Amino acid sequence: MYGNDFAPPEDGPGGGLLGEVEAAEAALREAAARARRAGPAPDEDVEAYFADVIGADQKIEPRDWMPEAYRRTLIRQIAQHAHSEIIGMQPEGNWISRAPSLKRKAILLAKVQDEAGHGLYLYAAAETLGISRDELVDLLLDGRQKYSSIFNYPTLTWADVGAIGWLVDGAAIVNQVPLCRCSYGPYARAMIRVCKEESFHQRQGYEILHTLAHGTPAQKAMAQDALDRWWYPSLAMFGPPDGDSTHSAQSMAWKIKRFSNDDLRQRFVDMCVGQAEVLGLTIPDPDLRWNDERQAYDYTQPDYAELMRVIKGDGPCNRERMTHRRRAHTDGAWVREAAAAYAAKRADRKKEKVAA
Amino acid sequence: MSLFDFTLGLGDDALVAAQRLGEWTSRAPEMEEDVALANIALDQLGAARLLLTYAGELEGAGRDEDDLAYLRDDREFRNCLLVELPNGDFGVTMAKLFFLAAYQSPLYTALAGCADERLAAVGAKARKESAYHLDHAALWVKRLGDGTDESHRRMQDAVDQVWPYVHELFVPDPAAPVDPATLRADFDATVAAVLDEATLTRPETSWTPGGGRDGVHTEHLSYLLAEMQVLHRAHPGANW
Repeated sequence: MYGNDFAPPEDGPGGGLLGEVEAAEAALREAAARARRAGPAPDEDVEAYFADVIGADQKIEPRDWMPEAYRRTLIRQIAQHAHSEIIGMQPEGNWISRAPSLKRKAILLAKVQDEAGHGLYLYAAAETLGISRDELVDLLLDGRQKYSSIFNYPTLTWADVGAIGWLVDGAAIVNQVPLCRCSYGPYARAMIRVCKEESFHQRQGYEILHTLAHGTPAQKAMAQDALDRWWYPSLAMFGPPDGDSTHSAQSMAWKIKRFSNDDLRQRFVDMCVGQAEVLGLTIPDPDLRWNDERQAYDYTQPDYAELMRVIKGDGPCNRERMTHRRRAHTDGAWVREAAAAYAAKRADRKKEKVAA
Repeated sequence: MSLFDFTLGLGDDALVAAQRLGEWTSRAPEMEEDVALANIALDQLGAARLLLTYAGELEGAGRDEDDLAYLRDDREFRNCLLVELPNGDFGVTMAKLFFLAAYQSPLYTALAGCADERLAAVGAKARKESAYHLDHAALWVKRLGDGTDESHRRMQDAVDQVWPYVHELFVPDPAAPVDPATLRADFDATVAAVLDEATLTRPETSWTPGGGRDGVHTEHLSYLLAEMQVLHRAHPGANW
């Protein structure tokens, strides 16, 4: 109820993608209704059965046999997504205390709260694969698992909150909408819910930029500056170009991934151009132009060397983000220990009562 | 105290509480608590917006919620000192929230039945939220008080530190829609039950800091407002 208390712009973003999420949800229900075979036939090996379920576009569920590499890939991907939600709270949380109106403050608080909720939801999805949230949190804190490198860029002005909503959440949705059809049931279902909320966030971010771009000259300059800084890092969110992407082919075969990095990046660019025009802002790419033959926009690739540097830990905020996360974890240890001790005492007292 | 001052005081309590709780975002001891604290901050902010909007109408000078939140200085704020105190550790934050909710919960319940229709509507909405805040904070006070030795020590320190500031909440105001003094018995009963179960004690002290309702605050409020208002004030007259 918070956050969507304004009418979305008719030509605003999110509409088409939200439709795809709904279509994925319908397909999920339909696939569930086509009674999936209860398990492998006695003379059928589990691998053939697994392949059959994938081939029929049905869902693998936690208790099904699955190849170890499939399990590992999913754990890595879902955990990275969960970590991204948790770390992503920092750059946006950075503006809660200074949000320029009470309405914007409420919308931003609700958004960051949603991210914590998405993190929890995704950790729970990963736990269905036989790993605990505590283990995953340790992997993040030890730097052995990654989060989206976009959150290693700073939010310098209020307009950055708008740019994150429009571009970063927009890119995330373009990435995640196909995951609503992922072959692993718990992840697909989690993504449907997450995408619906993300599309609100994207609309809210767009609305922030729209207001700034139609405000005072200083506000408009703030919006343009944010677009200038966030455009290429957002393009880089789709990962390295297809030729250099290590995990893609196998993930496509398993229907974990459904489109290539470059396909999704193109789709994102094509989506943003018209939206930027409505905002009256300029995408910082002099070579951006419509290609009639390809029926798509030609655009300048992001700096992949920069992406690799940021992924390896040398982005503007990597160290701060990790220090912040570790500090919250360490500072909270005494509270978590107290909660565990209190629960244990309560359980003991209950036992004593029953015994007496 | 005029109806305007009364309404403004409650609105400022909620606004400053929301601002402090918002500072916890991404810093909570566990992820569930990040969600819970943001939720409570949102409730407080929601109540603040309703109350400040109404205060602006009562004043009749054309000030809306943002004018009142962003364009007043600390001497013009009417919140109690309790809410502006720094967050401290999680124990201090829970002590502050517990005492605030133990006050706001009977306050909003009483307001829901008061003669002023607008305040009654705010009370009816906020009392349900406040009951949850009280539950949540009471549970943590008990967990920390009766948890480990360290958490007991920290929680007792927190209660000792925050306790003197509750006095200000109940300064009598017989002309107000709800006289705060009438809420004290309810508050004391709630607090005694929870602290007993938490194996915590109330400090013996005769120190009763106050002044918030008259605009005389601690040194902390000015910093809080400086941060909250900086962007809004940097762009006079802009829309957001």
